[in-house]
Amino acid sequence: MTVTDADTQADHLLWQAAVIERIETQTAKVKSFYLRPQKWRFFRAGQHLDVRLTAPDGYEVQRSYSVASEPGLAGLYELVVERLKDGEISPFLHDVAAVGDVLEVRGPFGGHFVWNAADGGPLLLIAGGSGIAPLMSIVRHSTAVGGDVAVVLLQAARTWNDVIYREELHALDAAGAGFALMLSLSRDAARRPQDAGRRIDAPLLEAALARLGVAPRLTFVCGSNPFVEAVTGHLLDLGFDPQTVRTERFGW
Amino acid sequence: MATRGFTGRRPAPEVADRVPPGQSITQGFPVLSAGPTPRVTLDNWSFALKAGPRLVKRWNWAEFCVLPRTEVNRDIHCVTKWSKLDTTWTGVLIDDLLADAGLAPPTPFALAHSYDGYSTNVPVADLVGGKAMVATRYAGNSLAPEHGAPARLLVPHLYFWKSAKWISGLQFTERDEAGFWELRGYHTYGDPWREQRFSGN
Ligand SMILES: Cc1cc2nc3c(=O)[nH]c(=O)nc-3n(C[C@H](O)[C@H](O)[C@H](O)COP(=O)(O)OP(=O)(O)OC[C@H]3O[C@@H](n4cnc5c(N)ncnc54)[C@H](O)[C@@H]3O)c2cc1C
Repeated sequence: MTVTDADTQADHLLWQAAVIERIETQTAKVKSFYLRPQKWRFFRAGQHLDVRLTAPDGYEVQRSYSVASEPGLAGLYELVVERLKDGEISPFLHDVAAVGDVLEVRGPFGGHFVWNAADGGPLLLIAGGSGIAPLMSIVRHSTAVGGDVAVVLLQAARTWNDVIYREELHALDAAGAGFALMLSLSRDAARRPQDAGRRIDAPLLEAALARLGVAPRLTFVCGSNPFVEAVTGHLLDLGFDPQTVRTERFGW
Repeated sequence: MATRGFTGRRPAPEVADRVPPGQSITQGFPVLSAGPTPRVTLDNWSFALKAGPRLVKRWNWAEFCVLPRTEVNRDIHCVTKWSKLDTTWTGVLIDDLLADAGLAPPTPFALAHSYDGYSTNVPVADLVGGKAMVATRYAGNSLAPEHGAPARLLVPHLYFWKSAKWISGLQFTERDEAGFWELRGYHTYGDPWREQRFSGN
């Protein structure tokens, strides 16, 4: 389960140019950036890239972004970036970066917050805001590789309009192939019976478990640190084995 | 390669030489952990010092609290790109733990173990000589749970994943044995000034 495959090791450390091929608006504060790297490097669902920007005087900044696309779709990495009002990089990506621009990337990185078909299911995925990024890759991968992995995604957002990938996720949900979506809207009313107009709490997690039907083999939680702390606290209260719960905190 | 349209923010000139390559200064205190914050209470907390499989000494919380305390002020650097300057920590230097146990380091390598099953390897040379401590206080207060309460390792001159949270013990090992992140593609040593983020760097 480690990523230290000798053959992929050295290569992913090298910075390489990646062209922004497409930019898509997801919500008011979130855009997807589709990057075509000079050399495709395979990633596993859940992993992230490092992005490096350089000013004319040589000043450099790096940030990490999870890859949201399906690992099987070789050639293009999709990053989903939330614009932070006072941030250095995310406003640049939102306001300045344009199709055709070149960024530097390296990776993929991350050897724990990853899911391979061989890991199996059922899976409970819990996303807060842009924390959907690596979980979307897992959702897309688990659907693409088929099989019978049951997946419940509990996605938290402020309002209905802040739900990232809303259409795609609803379509997958409706397809009924082992994937179910539940929304937790902290500032909006629920529109479907399985959704809730409140923050994620223990009863909502119990409802997600009931939907899954059996105990998840793995639970992935991703978002801001306060979100991940709150959710994992509830999971421990509910008796989850901490060894089956993997977290990715975007730092803040 | 300059990025079109990017000017960026600069750290203030007076602190610029304290920021390692690829890092940005933060005023906050971000949290990164592989799993849930473990629930460790002072009643069942202890710290074990081991030489290989052999237990050399174990301290419970009350015993640990009477060991000599040291306060340090250090800059810290997380592999996820943030650095935080002038952080103040109080705890027990590894030197003082070893002295209390009457142990001279028996091997050149050590593994720190944590209550959540996490581990990380650090050469003994980077733990002794006042370089590292088991910290119980940050900025004058007890550690917050998500920052490692009740106690965490502090090895501030290495990337911060080496400063294991929720530490349960220190084990001397014959060889340099990879810990949790070191088994998952991260650098075995982790010097921020040489940007040793990943194995192979
Ligand atoms: C492994 C990993 C994967 C990540 N994946 C993604 C991803 O897929 N999508 C994504 O959008 N981001 C992701 N991030 C976060 C990303 O790396 C940046 O931290 C983020 O884009 C902010 O960068 P910035 O330069 O705009 O802000 P900065 O200039 O770094 O931050 C400015 C200030 O904004 C505040 N701040 C920073 N981030 C947040 C936040 N999320 N919420 C509230 N306040 C904040 C902080 O107080 C900070 O001091 C990931 C981080 C990690 C470690």
